[in-house]
Amino acid sequence: MAEENAAGCDRPAGGPVGEESGETSTKQATTEEMEVQTMIKVGQKAPDFTAPGYFKGDFTSVKLSDYLGKWILLCFYPGDFTFV
Amino acid sequence: MSIDSQFTHKMWNDHELSKMVDGGIPYPMLSDAGGKIGTVYGVYDEAAGVETRGRFIIDPDGIVQGFEVLTPPVGRNINESFRQIQAFQLVREKGGSEATPSGWRPGKATLKPGVDLVGNVWKEWQTKQAFD
Repeated sequence: MAEENAAGCDRPAGGPVGEESGETSTKQATTEEMEVQTMIKVGQKAPDFTAPGYFKGDFTSVKLSDYLGKWILLCFYPGDFTFV
Repeated sequence: MSIDSQFTHKMWNDHELSKMVDGGIPYPMLSDAGGKIGTVYGVYDEAAGVETRGRFIIDPDGIVQGFEVLTPPVGRNINESFRQIQAFQLVREKGGSEATPSGWRPGKATLKPGVDLVGNVWKEWQTKQAFD
């Protein structure tokens, strides 16, 4: 689940994890994405990732696969303070 | 999840969202600086540098059961997301022996797919059930 993250001056970053997210393949995958915007498919595994976050007063780090066994609603949105 | 940092998430939650939701946002607000995760999910708008309004339902096995993507000005219908999750939960509980027709919500009739149902859905389900 979410593990606590110390609040430092560095800005933590997350990203995809797993077979297809190795350092060498990242650049190539990004280039391909620029050419053809790919959408993930229903019925297939959700790409795993880790991401820093904020949860109930603490900075946390969340890994999607830590939530296996639960139903997940993963929502993306354009930005904080953007009204809708 | 958005491209905002966890610091911005804290400010938004503490200074605005907590005024709308008692106790603040009850789930983790995640940061995808650079849009790497959004890119993998197909919702990162590279030209604008932000994520579009993508919503993914992921089951307990980590399988994507559904998604919806909207452009920024239109908000989601969270009740519809819950309804879809309830439908997927029912299907999962029944091991696929039941399916939820258009307009289904908890308490409404399901369909039991099988040889006998072929060509006979009209006896089991009426179009108006999609709307009520």
